[in-house]
Amino acid sequence: MSGANRISGWGRLTPAKTARFTFDGKSYTALEGDTVASALLANGVHLLGRSFKYHRPRGILTAGPEEPNALLDVSRDAARRQPNVRATVQEVFDGMVTSSQNRWPSLALDIGAVNDLMSPFFAAGFYYKTFMWPKKAWEKVYEPFIRKAAGLGEAPKEEDPDHYAGRYAHTDVLVVGAGVAGLSAALAAAKSGAKVMLVDEQPEVGGALHYDTGVKINGKDGFTWAQETAAELKAMDNVTVLSRTTAFGYYNHNMIALCERVTDHKAKPGKNEPRERLWQVRAKRVILATGQIERHMVFENNDRPGVMLASAGRTFLNHFGVAVGQKVGIYTAHDSAYEAAFDLKRAGISVPAIVDSREKPGEAVLAQARAMGIEVLTGHAVLTVGGKLRVNSMTVGRHAGSATRKIAIDALLVSAGWTPSVHLFSQSRGKLRWDAETQRFLPGTYAQDSLSVGACNGTDDLQATIEEALAAGELMAKAAGAEGNGKIEITGEAPFSWTGGMIGAAEGAGPDTTVKAFIDFQHDVCAKDIRLAVREGMQSIEHIKRFTTNGMASDQGKLSNMHGLAIAAEMLGKDIPQVGLTTFRQPYTPVTFGTIINHSRGDLFDPARKTPIHPWAVAKGAEFEDVGNWKRAWYYAKPGEDMHAAVARECKTVRDVAGIFDASTLGKIEVVGPDAAKFLNLMYTNAWDTLKPGKCRYGIMTREDGFIYDDGVVGRMAEDRFHVTTTTGGAPRVLQHMEDYLQTEFPDLKVWLTSTTEQWAVIAVQGPKAREIIAPLVEGIDISNEAFPHMSVAEGKICGVPTRLFRMSFTGELGFEINVPADYGQAVWEAVWARAEPMGACPYGTETMHVLRAEKGYIIVGQDTDGTVTPDDASLNWAVSKKKPDFVGIRGLKRPDLVAPGRKQLVGLLTKDPNGVLEEGAQVVADPNEPKPMTMLGHVTSSYWSSNCGRSIAMALIADGKNRNGKTLYVPMADRTIAVEVVTDMVFFDKEGGRLNV
Amino acid sequence: MRKYSVFAVVREAMRGHKGWEAQWASPEPRKEYDAIIIGGGGHGLGAAYYLAKEHGITNVAVLEKGWIGGGNTGRNTTIIRSNYLYEESMHIYEHSLKLWENLSQDLNYNVMYSPRGVMMLSHNVHDQQSFKRHINANRLYGIDNEWLTPEQAKAYCPPLDISKTARYPINGAALQRRGGTARHDAVAWGYARAASDRGVHIIQNCEVTAIRRGPDGRVVGVETSKGFIGAKKIGVSAAGHTSVVMQTADVRVPLQSQPLQALVSEPLKPIFPCVVMSNSVHAYISQSDKGEFVIGAGTDQYNSYSQTGGMQIITHTLDAICELFPMFRRVKMMRQWGGIVDVTVDRSPIQGITPVPGLFINAGWGTGGFKATPGSAHLFAHLIAKGEPHKFAAGLTLDRFRTGRLIDEAAAAAVAH
Repeated sequence: MSGANRISGWGRLTPAKTARFTFDGKSYTALEGDTVASALLANGVHLLGRSFKYHRPRGILTAGPEEPNALLDVSRDAARRQPNVRATVQEVFDGMVTSSQNRWPSLALDIGAVNDLMSPFFAAGFYYKTFMWPKKAWEKVYEPFIRKAAGLGEAPKEEDPDHYAGRYAHTDVLVVGAGVAGLSAALAAAKSGAKVMLVDEQPEVGGALHYDTGVKINGKDGFTWAQETAAELKAMDNVTVLSRTTAFGYYNHNMIALCERVTDHKAKPGKNEPRERLWQVRAKRVILATGQIERHMVFENNDRPGVMLASAGRTFLNHFGVAVGQKVGIYTAHDSAYEAAFDLKRAGISVPAIVDSREKPGEAVLAQARAMGIEVLTGHAVLTVGGKLRVNSMTVGRHAGSATRKIAIDALLVSAGWTPSVHLFSQSRGKLRWDAETQRFLPGTYAQDSLSVGACNGTDDLQATIEEALAAGELMAKAAGAEGNGKIEITGEAPFSWTGGMIGAAEGAGPDTTVKAFIDFQHDVCAKDIRLAVREGMQSIEHIKRFTTNGMASDQGKLSNMHGLAIAAEMLGKDIPQVGLTTFRQPYTPVTFGTIINHSRGDLFDPARKTPIHPWAVAKGAEFEDVGNWKRAWYYAKPGEDMHAAVARECKTVRDVAGIFDASTLGKIEVVGPDAAKFLNLMYTNAWDTLKPGKCRYGIMTREDGFIYDDGVVGRMAEDRFHVTTTTGGAPRVLQHMEDYLQTEFPDLKVWLTSTTEQWAVIAVQGPKAREIIAPLVEGIDISNEAFPHMSVAEGKICGVPTRLFRMSFTGELGFEINVPADYGQAVWEAVWARAEPMGACPYGTETMHVLRAEKGYIIVGQDTDGTVTPDDASLNWAVSKKKPDFVGIRGLKRPDLVAPGRKQLVGLLTKDPNGVLEEGAQVVADPNEPKPMTMLGHVTSSYWSSNCGRSIAMALIADGKNRNGKTLYVPMADRTIAVEVVTDMVFFDKEGGRLNV
Repeated sequence: MRKYSVFAVVREAMRGHKGWEAQWASPEPRKEYDAIIIGGGGHGLGAAYYLAKEHGITNVAVLEKGWIGGGNTGRNTTIIRSNYLYEESMHIYEHSLKLWENLSQDLNYNVMYSPRGVMMLSHNVHDQQSFKRHINANRLYGIDNEWLTPEQAKAYCPPLDISKTARYPINGAALQRRGGTARHDAVAWGYARAASDRGVHIIQNCEVTAIRRGPDGRVVGVETSKGFIGAKKIGVSAAGHTSVVMQTADVRVPLQSQPLQALVSEPLKPIFPCVVMSNSVHAYISQSDKGEFVIGAGTDQYNSYSQTGGMQIITHTLDAICELFPMFRRVKMMRQWGGIVDVTVDRSPIQGITPVPGLFINAGWGTGGFKATPGSAHLFAHLIAKGEPHKFAAGLTLDRFRTGRLIDEAAAAAVAH
């Protein structure tokens, strides 16, 4: 038996198919297709949770995604635990474990409920007015207490073992919502020949037809028609139907994000199935058929378990076969709730009374109620309800203070009418209009290519909805380019047409300032809180929302926003549209982070870039460092060596013998065309027209503001062809920068740019024996010093493969950089290594490269410069052409501050104690005894132990540095002050540079 | 102004909270004010408050085109810190932090300043160099900022993944313990209440359409949706719309307006004790008093006035968060939103005089304006009152973009929060 409240012969679930699950440790039986909510109700469980602030007992209010109360912790196993799951949406699977949240020690007896008694002190915004004394107590006492009380569910504490998928799709027409309107629209669009996607958040299509069993479509039961129509659509090649799929975000250019729940309803998910799938759909046209959401009545204690929306009561009965009570009262301001009474009565459940706040309900429903022998109290209110953990009575009267009557009930179905679901329309930046007659916001001005149809568009009549939807389906299909004939006819009949509805507080909600008549259940916002906010001067609905937290809970105000707005408007004496509406934001319902990121995790989060030589370095035991996306060999420690020892050895070996270095990560751009030299003249500070083919030159790139942006060696391969290198980190932005100028500033130049960073592997061979190492491997290039001097480039072959061979150096030694097609990189590297190793050379990493270049005073852009350094600051003025009429940055460089004396300039620093190595990033001062805040002259940009110099060396950006040669400055550290001497000559090793030209 | 206190709360609790008065008055505008501040965000409201409190100038109006605190004040991720690099920045952000420390008491309004610590993760050698540079500069200035090992970082923020196998392993962190968060709305409301109490007019739904100048070039007032309002001095503090307002006075400002997005998760029980930021992985996160994870990253990097943004930015932000905290993959996003930030080329603000006599600017706070609110407001009030900047704001001139004397915080931090 799947619960005592299951009514045999009612509902659409199969009695034989059962599933077991637990709630707070107790085991229950459900039917396949049950939600946790329907299964618990079937078993007579109404108490499911506690509210956020007052810890009031809470039950199930709705049967859908708007549920504010029934949030559970749901798990499959320890790592697959999910907090804050709406019991009204989560389907039961066999073996599921669920538990209530935000209560201690138990759901029925919750200590936190003392907050409810204390609630007079916890009015809206009370925390802004107190907890200020003593000052430290906010952080130490009050805040931790408040944080602990808030928060609902427990965050997951283990890494999620599930995986998620992502898909992109293009479609002609996307239809959101598969109720009568959505199905009709999809069918018309599909028959027109358009490519159609139809998505619905529920497991089955049908929307309101789940509960609205009186509806007949094409002469059939409405729900049956819906399933048949879905089957027809699924059978069409041009249609995709996705169920359990929520369209949660409407973004610019008709991009709709969908979350498809793939396995959360399955007892045994397939091994390779993702838990959820994110769809990003770009639709030519969108049809919104998102329906409407019923509102609750606002009266005292309307949050008691057992009080629920009338449509929810009907869903549990008509779809799940579950009676929500045995004596069910109705409190309504709208005709639709009468049908709940009729359904209940037919199922043999007692309906003690329909309480209708209106004097004049719709005549048809009133007549039917009387015919069925149901008492109807028109012009009456439910002033309050009794019962704590479950409602047990309602007190009914004409208004507060009038004669009242207490009626025993065990459930109360309520309806204040319906709110069109305009969430996605609003997210699309469409403007809503206020329909004064029906008191609701409806789609007004569209901002994107979409149409709303049916209930979400304010269309109430069934046949009108169908016709509107069919027309929209056809129209949107045509607009998307479909040319078929989508004309179809569908006829629908509903037993009653509904009237009525109210917004705001009902009788029984006050005007009293103490009555708890809830608007926002999860956040415990009552009518009185809205009134308080207005009294405190909050006039904009945004202020009222933020002051009371109305609509800020996980249901994002699906039930509460309109009520709050109406109460505020009444208090302010304004019309509702004057008070405004808070912004609808993505997502419609909460979406798992894992779904949003889907494949983008671990290695795919940000794929690591590796050079062709990477595997060799791994095999040799190199340590790696991250530079941008690249993994670069940092140093090659031998057994027993730490980083310091390894780097000292590598530095020494390179200068004494030679070293080989993987420079493949350097950015490379092929600049080609008749105007290539002219273009580079504009992009770099140097002159390039004077560079002869076969030569290379160090270039500096400045931005318009005159500050150094990038640097690198550029080789001229031919009159119209340059091989440009950039810093490793700068490669993408330098290319972008060049393209930007080429396309916007210099479009007349005939130049083409190609990124070749990953096409070339680059092997730097540096050191006195560099030539000897590579000589036998090179074909077709005379690499003698005379024929191929420093800063030469040539094309030829090495190890039988094509190469662009550069004679250049970033170490101050005789050096070559061998560019070979990337696929040959490792083979050529190994061939070079086979020559180098017997000579006593070593492979070296980026750390040694840094030290060796610092010994020579070569800068690293991004380390020794930071976007505020001019070429002159870095003593690179020689690389700025004085003759060129123009280059990017020429004007910026002339600005007053860039030529002012006293700028921070790059200089060398030598510690008085040669063994002390300064900290990179350390600040430099003139007076170490100055009290704080001290006057900082600049900072240490590079600092190393130099085994070749036998002492530490450093570079620093120092104010007026060039005029401080020989001066003593100080580096105050936390535990000591270090004295340093400024040396304007940053070349610490081989000052004459003779080693380059051998 | 009736003082807020625990006694007042108890008293009101006893009588159904009927005695609370409006937190700020909503008067009709006067014909003329001594000073008008355009923009009713935290900076503008705060400036009005300090004008009244510290300079005795109370004939002041704050004109807000929508509702106060409705721009970036009410949309940001509420991070507060002062561990900036350059002296100009340290002046203003540390000045601000010191004001934050007493702001609740000063305003008699609990702004919930919570020094829970701001931790910036270092993932590589470059990060480490940059953070050490900040830490050293901060120490010599007198700002707390310390280097943590990965283990110390994990101890301070237990959910952190410090495994070596992460795509971007953590090699350390910089922690400012006095950094933290505050309640953004309370800042706007607290300033509004305290300013209103001192006679400042707070005028909402009043959009400035033009700044008017007299024959001598001085400002004479503003055209608004509520008619012309005269003013001897005008301070513009309109964030993303500053350039539009300034244009009406023929002042072009070097600002770019870009969308900046943020998101919150569903509320969860406390698990995340501080603020964590990562420049390399590019995201930041904290947990609010309500239990929501508050998450953000950089701007959308194109110019727009639409307070919405692309999904790919949110996606990338969550990629980063889940990479740093793999346990949060099952957490759900509850709401995402966008604001418009006004960004300068050096990512530092502009506060100072303009070529138009009587017209002052406070703008360009980009992605980091919230933390500066009290300090910026305080110094802006000084500027308007005295006609020249306070020494702490002396470097933030509009003129620096002409002279090239930039304060390039962007050079050191990709995420400017």
